[in-house]
Amino acid sequence: MSVDAAPESSIPAPEGEVALIETDYSIGQDNVQPRLGPIGLDIHNPVFVVSALVIVAFVIIGALFAGSIDPYFEALRNWLTSNFDWFFLIAGNVFVLVCVVLIVTPLGAVRLGGKDATPDYSYIGWFSMLFAAGMGIGLMFFGVSEPISHFTSSLGGVAVEDGVRTDWAPLGAAVGDADAARRLGMAATIFHWGLHPWAIYAVVALALALFSFNKGLPLTIRSMFYPIFGERIWGWPGHIVDILAVLATLFGLATSLGLGAQQAAGGLNFVFGVPAGLDTQLVLIVIITAMALISVLRGLDGGVKVLSEINMGLAALLLLFVLLVGPTLSILSGFGANLVAYAKEVVPLSMPFGRADDNFRQGWTSFYWAWWISWSPFVGMFIARVSRGRTVREFVIAVLIVPAIVSVLWMTVFGGTAITLINQAGLTEIADAALELKLFVMLEGLPLSAVTSLVGVVLVIVFFVTSSDSGSLVIDTITAGGKVDAPVSQRVFWCTFEGLVAMVLLVGGGLAALQAMAVSTGFPFAIVLLLACYSIIRGLMDEPR
Amino acid sequence: MFSKIIVPVDLTHADRLSRALEVAGKLAKLYDAPIVYVGVSPNVPTEVAHSPAEFEAKLAAFAEAEAAAHGVAASAHAFFSHDPAIDLDEALPKLVKELGGDLVVMASHVPGFLDRLWHSHGATLAGHTDASIFLVR
Repeated sequence: MSVDAAPESSIPAPEGEVALIETDYSIGQDNVQPRLGPIGLDIHNPVFVVSALVIVAFVIIGALFAGSIDPYFEALRNWLTSNFDWFFLIAGNVFVLVCVVLIVTPLGAVRLGGKDATPDYSYIGWFSMLFAAGMGIGLMFFGVSEPISHFTSSLGGVAVEDGVRTDWAPLGAAVGDADAARRLGMAATIFHWGLHPWAIYAVVALALALFSFNKGLPLTIRSMFYPIFGERIWGWPGHIVDILAVLATLFGLATSLGLGAQQAAGGLNFVFGVPAGLDTQLVLIVIITAMALISVLRGLDGGVKVLSEINMGLAALLLLFVLLVGPTLSILSGFGANLVAYAKEVVPLSMPFGRADDNFRQGWTSFYWAWWISWSPFVGMFIARVSRGRTVREFVIAVLIVPAIVSVLWMTVFGGTAITLINQAGLTEIADAALELKLFVMLEGLPLSAVTSLVGVVLVIVFFVTSSDSGSLVIDTITAGGKVDAPVSQRVFWCTFEGLVAMVLLVGGGLAALQAMAVSTGFPFAIVLLLACYSIIRGLMDEPR
Repeated sequence: MFSKIIVPVDLTHADRLSRALEVAGKLAKLYDAPIVYVGVSPNVPTEVAHSPAEFEAKLAAFAEAEAAAHGVAASAHAFFSHDPAIDLDEALPKLVKELGGDLVVMASHVPGFLDRLWHSHGATLAGHTDASIFLVR
């Protein structure tokens, strides 16, 4: 009796020595299999039910009290990011340091999925998925606007009222010096999109991949706390972590879908003169959700992976276009200069104490860190699922360095071009335009803007579809207790539910409030992730290298 | 009449397979054809196995037990997919071809409302393979 060798169409069965965790818990043991009419489900009992009920409750509250609760949620978020800015900054630095340790120590030699495992995806498919899940859509909105904001505030210099700084410039600003302001502005932007956010994702993804692929625990957030809580993770401590992850992911996705629809409608209005009213926004959500549903039904390889590769291809074309028709030389020299500026400023920018730039540190950096952390269960879980077969070192370098360099390139090309257009061609309307329109206003300053703007709108939509699709897969897996082969109707439910939540919030109001709440979950998750760093090191030390 | 019988098995619900397994065993004996038990699993830990290696071992043990019970030659073939809930329909016809099966015996459910939207795996397989299909309900 022998097992046949895997044929070509199969993923090679990656194996080898691993340090499995011996537990009596069997995956799916807390699952229930109810039937709703013709639809059979396979769901984790408290996690699915509690998450769904809490989401419905929050949507109803958000819509009923729209306008009146917004200030409370926003105050909560501001209170957290302003009072705990030091904590977010320290946590961010810890994540980067842990990643560096994993790259340089022998722990990096451990292979995810066992000693003899081979990677599931090629580098291109892998990078495309990492990137599209990680920040794709944000780069579309902030690629032009953020460098301009920091450049403008740095150029404006420090303003002090009653002994408190009222300007939003990073560090000590660069009053009146356009070149220095440009360097500082680019360094600050890259800081927010570079090593730190990717270190956050890397920690979550690595913890999940390690405890699932090497330790044999279910692919769900609670598994990464096994070294700390032991068997208790199967009870309420684990339920709470999983439910929080589902809420953060769904609220994050639904609110960014709602706000994104407003922005995309703004873009369509600017480019094609389509009315940007509520009707257009709702139609956009329906289109995005329908496309995401098709993709969900095509599975991981036929759906998300294909979409991510389309995204990367289109984004690369747009990038190349702006690079070639924009100020090519200035962009090329800017790339090196921006990397140097980032290297020079990254330490001062990540200092949690002894700084005077309160607005920048609390309003930008701390907010971003909370935001990235609240996204990390979603992005981390997705990255984990597609990273089997990589060594820890390869994984961390790929998740940390490659996307960070692509972000530098993107910011240099889009932000740098915009700053050059403002400085040299006097296109100040880029700086004056609304956030979501800055990209399109900049493209208008370059040739063939009708074509490039269309590519821009398509990119925004496809990035949303990708997020909605991968988010549904992640939520479905968590609410199915770590099963990735639960009935397909469940991911259809989550994908549709997310679109519905976005539409209800768009019509009834409450988008801003719920987004503020989603970002607020960054605070408890930051604590959770610090614990995960300990789990990773402990877990890796047991692995055969 | 048949030279190789393919039996897709879901180890999670092995208890629901008894009728299909019985039919496959009898046909194998009748035509003196070996059986290949095909198991499809995601590559993340599942309720059946913690790792692909464990899944392969369990499937092999399952095949061995079936072979002994029916007195026929049998082997196991494990297939790992990133997303089995979706990929199964595409993977099954390929596997049947690669393994050289000319009869597939599989357990199936009575079609319900949802089958109008999503075909059952058996129905989809019949449309995409040259082999004969025996659905056991």
